[in-house]
Amino acid sequence: MATIVEPTIFELSSPGRRGVTMPASDVPETALPPKPLLRSDLPLPELAEVDVVRHYTRLSKFNYSVDDGFYPLGSCTMKYNPKINEDTCRLPGFLFTHPLQPIETVQGNLALMFEMQEWLKEISGFAGVTLQPAAGAHGEFTGVLMMAAYHKSRGDSKRTKMLIPDAAHGTNPASVGMLGFTVVTSPSDSRGNVDLKALEAACDDTVVGMMLTNPNTLGMFDEHIEDVIKLVHGCGGLMYGDGANLNALLGIVRPGDLGFDVMHFNLHKTFSVPHGGGGPGSGPVGVGPVLADFLPAPLVGIIEEGDEDEMAPLYGFVTPKQSIGRMKAFHGHFGGGLVRAYTYIAMHGPDGLKDIAQYAVLNANYLQAKLRDTYKIPYDRICMHEFVAEGRFEGSDVRALDISKRLMDYGFHPPTNYFPLIVPEALMIEPTETENKDTLDAFADALVKIAEESKSQPELLHNAPITTRFGRMDEVKAARELVLCCWLPEGYDLNA
Amino acid sequence: MTYIPISPTERDAMLKTVGVKSLDDLFDAVPKKRRFPKLDLPPALTEMEAAAHLAEMAASNEHVREDLISFLGAGAYNHYVPSVVDHMLRRGEFFTAYTPYQPEISQGTLQAIFEYQSLMTNLTGMEVSNASHYDGATAAAEAVNLAYAQFRGKRKKVVISPTVHPQYREVIRTYTQGMGVETAGDDATNFEVGPEALTSLIDESTMLVIVQYPDFFGRIYDYAKLIEDAHAKGSLVCVVANPTALLMLKTPGEMGADIVVGEAQPFGIPLWYGGPYLGFFTTKKSYVHKMAGRLVGETVDNRGQRAYVLTLTAREQHIKRERATSNICTNQGLLALASAVYMSTLGKTGLQEVANLCYQKAHYAANELSKIEGFGLCFPDPFFHEFVLCTPKPAGEVNQYLLDNGILGGCDLGRDYPSLANHLLVAVTEMNSREEIDALVEVLKEM
Repeated sequence: MATIVEPTIFELSSPGRRGVTMPASDVPETALPPKPLLRSDLPLPELAEVDVVRHYTRLSKFNYSVDDGFYPLGSCTMKYNPKINEDTCRLPGFLFTHPLQPIETVQGNLALMFEMQEWLKEISGFAGVTLQPAAGAHGEFTGVLMMAAYHKSRGDSKRTKMLIPDAAHGTNPASVGMLGFTVVTSPSDSRGNVDLKALEAACDDTVVGMMLTNPNTLGMFDEHIEDVIKLVHGCGGLMYGDGANLNALLGIVRPGDLGFDVMHFNLHKTFSVPHGGGGPGSGPVGVGPVLADFLPAPLVGIIEEGDEDEMAPLYGFVTPKQSIGRMKAFHGHFGGGLVRAYTYIAMHGPDGLKDIAQYAVLNANYLQAKLRDTYKIPYDRICMHEFVAEGRFEGSDVRALDISKRLMDYGFHPPTNYFPLIVPEALMIEPTETENKDTLDAFADALVKIAEESKSQPELLHNAPITTRFGRMDEVKAARELVLCCWLPEGYDLNA
Repeated sequence: MTYIPISPTERDAMLKTVGVKSLDDLFDAVPKKRRFPKLDLPPALTEMEAAAHLAEMAASNEHVREDLISFLGAGAYNHYVPSVVDHMLRRGEFFTAYTPYQPEISQGTLQAIFEYQSLMTNLTGMEVSNASHYDGATAAAEAVNLAYAQFRGKRKKVVISPTVHPQYREVIRTYTQGMGVETAGDDATNFEVGPEALTSLIDESTMLVIVQYPDFFGRIYDYAKLIEDAHAKGSLVCVVANPTALLMLKTPGEMGADIVVGEAQPFGIPLWYGGPYLGFFTTKKSYVHKMAGRLVGETVDNRGQRAYVLTLTAREQHIKRERATSNICTNQGLLALASAVYMSTLGKTGLQEVANLCYQKAHYAANELSKIEGFGLCFPDPFFHEFVLCTPKPAGEVNQYLLDNGILGGCDLGRDYPSLANHLLVAVTEMNSREEIDALVEVLKEM
């Protein structure tokens, strides 16, 4: 039997225990629906409030978070989440407004959404923005649907191929798969750019477009980006930008100016919406003029202009002419996503946004310079906000996974492992702009120390972590036995 | 202000290590004529100014706790959230962590999701729950993806009841536009019939039948017979369920449903003008490999301690890439935690009290409203906490009159069901006092 470190909420339950209670009914009683329509039992836990608070507080202490320390997870942009955002997104006027309220009663919300659309357009150089998508992958799917709708509207039905670089995030091909398109992998050259020759050969009249992350997942800004876009446009394709790495570009260059036709934003990466242990994120999508009419409905627009003196404009909803439809119920991740990101952008202004990108890129280059002598950097030039090192050493069986686990013993969250796929034993390191020099130095020192340990005590690395509350997991057992929920308490039989 | 913790001296030392003279020199790869655009954005605010600005924007809304009495539901509900819920969510250990890729230092998130999965399966009467989806509508669309994958694209038809939430039906249409899927039943002019009317639409090409429980009009049907008929044709059945109603009603699992999805916003998540919310997705164990989304499973660590990991990741996009069932790579982690804390804090009895209060107050409201001349209940079927009220004037006019009196009346059904222009969908929860319900009745009497 495995040792139980923290019982589940079901194991902590005791029949008859009560937490928060509800007021008594203040209306005359109505009989319940006929018995065959009722459930026979409700097998849910019974606890006091203090039981619940202690349980979840204990669980929280098993987590490593940005508030605990350095979290250099490549392509995830684990920057500090300002506390003021937590207050603004919980203002009662935001918390307690219903998504179907008449627009006259929610002008504050609609003004915020309208300004957010305008700000994202200005930051990215696009002509239109939808705030509806719930996450980056959802934004990608939105973008690919729009690309498909664009070609369809022109009667161009031959286009079924999407060009995707070998360094791309897995969500890119998966989004394309959801539309039944074929993925054509586009190779990288020795400097981490798109291989122009191979791209030229792949460009023909069956190309839907290309999905490109720039800077890419190697942290490289493509040195021929305008040529890449020209080639794709030249064969009638559209250019999709994966905005996962936008943190490197704020105030540096606008993807719309480079010629991208569509891009998703990750408000949870670039604009400090907390990651929440895996969500909720927020994935607005910006588009150039050719796709503006295809945006999901509804968008926020001005229904009645205001005047210069007193009258504010009246904001409401508008539907683009050839909209692909609705991506989710209601209006996007308003409270938890848009309000936090709005607060963040408002507090940075144009110069502050540029500072973000510059310091994110400085921090990455500084770490890369400190590690260059110890770890192989396969694409070694000035990087953007992240870089990729090889987590392996000549004559050693230590792998990237071991190095990552050992970093936990030094008090750090590991980098992203085994991605991008084109670098063996990849360690993808993204420090973000919210780390100081001391932290970066300590992290570099730890990685240098680990490289020494890989020679002197490789077993230590194979067994790491050793100082954490939990050790390495038996992943095979989890997948084989598939215990996916707690057993029901004794005596419960849902189908009885 | 910014959150950059680097002094000018430190910056210069770091630039020197990198081997460049200035921050701007780091961007030589960017085409020169596009480099460093001047952004036309408002100047930066300090924290004090931002707090005041946001407070002013929020205050210009009228909200349902102070300014308006609300009877508006239709997919988003005004429920009480115990104080504990937000106190737990505000722990930085939870909200500033990422997806639990490194289980050794993510057991808090992982065990919380595992418990969430367990609470949802017990609630719905199903065997497996994933770690959640973006919202109820996208969870319903993912049910179509599951069915499509289950039949390897060989069955193309989805039968959708017209009384599934109109926005959910819209999202399903958006999601499936590239899949060559055919929909049947999704007809807003033909909603007055019960579930048996769908049976005739189900055939050997049907991969999935989607119904809502209680349906969009609040009506409670036992779908057991429909599900049996669908299974006889080999089709799967997805029930879109309201979690508050499930606290009282027979589970879709007991009716034989293959997939049960829905919106768990009523469980501890604020209205927040529509999001973020929490789509739950539960199914049978036999479909787990075709299910999208994150999944947490139990295991042990190398010290013999019970622990949890993300499992069956081979289904997902970062491994399967274009062959993945869905491109989804997140869940609504923090909100799954919110709903788990909500369910735990109220507990079995507290939750039953919530459901009973919703039911009792809605029936009191329905009874009183139907006594007003010109008003009446549209359907005779049993309902839970939402019902359709026939109005003597177009619902839009009734709502405007109510709003002038500080009341959010309900959902104007004419917008999605053209023949129901004189019908309001009224929702009542434990948040509505008898005084509020009586006020609604009085105002409508005077109209």
